[in-house]
Amino acid sequence: MRHIISILLENEPGALSRVVGLFSQRNFNIETLNVAPTEDPSLSRLTVTTVGDDRVIEQITKHLNKLIDVVKLVDLTEGNHIERELMLVKVKSLGAARDEVKRTADIFRAQIVDVTPSVYTVQITGDAGKLDAFVQAMAPIGILEVARTGVSGIARGDKLLTL
Amino acid sequence: MELLSGADMIARFLKDEGVERIYGYPGGAALHIYDALFRQDSVQHILVRHEQAATHAADGYARASGQPGVVLVTSGPGATNAVTGIATAYMDSIPMVVLCGQVASHLIGEDAFQETDIVGVTRPVVKHSFSIRHPSEIPEVLKKAFYLAATGRPGPVVVDIPKDMTAPTERYEYVYPKKVKIRSYNPVNRGHSGQIKKAVDMMLKARRPVFYTGGGIVTGRASEALTDLVQRLGFPITTTLMGIGGYPQGDRQSLGWLGMHGSYEANMAMHHADLIVAIGARFDDRVTNNTSKFCPTAKIVHVDIDPSSISKTVRADVPIVGAAGSVINEMISLVQDREPANSEALGEWWKSIDGWRAEREGKLYEPSKPGEALKPQEVIEAVYRATRGEAFVTTDVGQHQMFAAQYYKFAKPNRFITSGGLGTMGFGFPAAMGIKLSYPQDDVVCFTGEGSFQMMMQELSTCKQFDVGVKIVNLNNQSLGMVRQWQDLNYKSRHAHSYMESLPDFAKLIEAYGFTAIKVTTHEELAPALERAFVDTNELVFLDIYVDPFEHVYPMQVPLGSMRDMLLSKTERT
Repeated sequence: MRHIISILLENEPGALSRVVGLFSQRNFNIETLNVAPTEDPSLSRLTVTTVGDDRVIEQITKHLNKLIDVVKLVDLTEGNHIERELMLVKVKSLGAARDEVKRTADIFRAQIVDVTPSVYTVQITGDAGKLDAFVQAMAPIGILEVARTGVSGIARGDKLLTL
Repeated sequence: MELLSGADMIARFLKDEGVERIYGYPGGAALHIYDALFRQDSVQHILVRHEQAATHAADGYARASGQPGVVLVTSGPGATNAVTGIATAYMDSIPMVVLCGQVASHLIGEDAFQETDIVGVTRPVVKHSFSIRHPSEIPEVLKKAFYLAATGRPGPVVVDIPKDMTAPTERYEYVYPKKVKIRSYNPVNRGHSGQIKKAVDMMLKARRPVFYTGGGIVTGRASEALTDLVQRLGFPITTTLMGIGGYPQGDRQSLGWLGMHGSYEANMAMHHADLIVAIGARFDDRVTNNTSKFCPTAKIVHVDIDPSSISKTVRADVPIVGAAGSVINEMISLVQDREPANSEALGEWWKSIDGWRAEREGKLYEPSKPGEALKPQEVIEAVYRATRGEAFVTTDVGQHQMFAAQYYKFAKPNRFITSGGLGTMGFGFPAAMGIKLSYPQDDVVCFTGEGSFQMMMQELSTCKQFDVGVKIVNLNNQSLGMVRQWQDLNYKSRHAHSYMESLPDFAKLIEAYGFTAIKVTTHEELAPALERAFVDTNELVFLDIYVDPFEHVYPMQVPLGSMRDMLLSKTERT
């Protein structure tokens, strides 16, 4: 099963490599990875999506917790949560395709953020499933390039991942 | 207020931390630190002949004393040479602090002379690592390094120190930090009381219980408490290789150690148990054999200080995260006035165990007769007698290591010093050196083989310089015995590179360093050689003992089998 694990990490040099190294060292799998500073300059928030059965996920969270640079973590998929990813897609847009791209983007509530005579660049946010569906829908028209941020997430309601 | 350079802070911190001795090798990036060490006399520096030996010596000291071992090496090759020793300590959870010189910070990343990203290189084999970014942070970072190395599940910590951080011209305020706090690191001590109660209830109801304990008992200093608990309950106990000595091996309740080359009765008892109480052990593959066939009828209580060790390879029914000593003491208080409920079943259980013991009694190996080549096993037994079972014993890796573990009976923890997890050839001799320097009154014996000894024999020079009187027992079978055993069993005796042709004349080699060497080739020569070797506990003596090159280590678990699937000799199998 797919899990989204969010980690508060010391904002220290080398901290990220410890997390990433752990996954390769122990043969765990990383599907997406997203990391950025938080409102507290001493902390980064890292979100990783991974796939594994309960035993593997338990090992992943235990080993992550063991890293000295990991301050706190949560497996968001254990509760209600919001999952978002941002994607930028360059699509070949010539002739009739221009309308088709625009229509499809509208259906997905995506925005066209850059235009040339032959290319549209589309920005879309949503969960990973929505982004996959958009890629699928655009594929026949001609995708030139895709840039995805990887999943970020947050728990619904009062639940917090803070110190 | 005291102003010190970074280098002087390091020397001063070591003194304030109570470190008496460090092991190392100088080089460009560490020279400011070496100069600071030269100008003080609280901390003794032992100059090894290869950085790997520095880590093993510090490791041996740490295993014997329970205190962190300290290493100082220079950047680049100095640091990379230390990696094997760091990994060895990591796999066996040994507290160690490794100070590495580094090129000056403005050169980092430029492929400067003797530059290596040692924090990156060692990342998978350290508990944690630090890079010094300003001289003023040295005391706090070092305190954190020692704190991390020695608490919780211990392990090696690397501190990378760019040369400019130790420059003699830059001085900063030095205060010894008595305590440090790391917000993300709060090792547990006490276990969950509800879980402990549940475990004790299961123990008291068990019909065929076995304690299975590991290195956590030794590093957690819990062997007295463990012995108390085990004797109150009257249960059998088996230890891992790392846990040897955690419970006195001569006691009737001790089944010896378990696993690939563990005793027949220990492996049989594990397989037939209905309750396994694992404490400070990690169910590693050399213990469990095939996990899908592991102990089919047993419920498992697993106590460990490291949550990630629990249910890693074998699912625990009652997981307890806590320090061995604290959890055991809580268990003792719960069993205080209670008796195991099934005393009759326990009696039957002991009958089965005694039966297994009797089956193998006197059949473990065939001793040599006069005129024949010595058996390695009987050499270990003779050394055991010669040292009254009281020596610190280090080993290298291979057949001699298993024989030492099988035939030297340890009554105390911290006495059997071996590279269990990583299996590092070359470990034994420098480890013995590190122990002997701190325990000059004790006999320190290193069991080794020609293969392993030649990996670290340059340390004879260190022993000469610092007058280190270890006893080296070389079980010379003229081959890489364990490799050859596997080739005999799995490769139709095709001995691909497991032979040792062109061995040196060890006696001459040892004598070249000014030490005593005794060559033993026959049965009759052993007793007088041992007598001579242990005359003076502070004299380095090398015993080059030629043993039967065809001997195998048994029992040996059959690959992919269960705990009880064992080869018992070249012709017998369970």
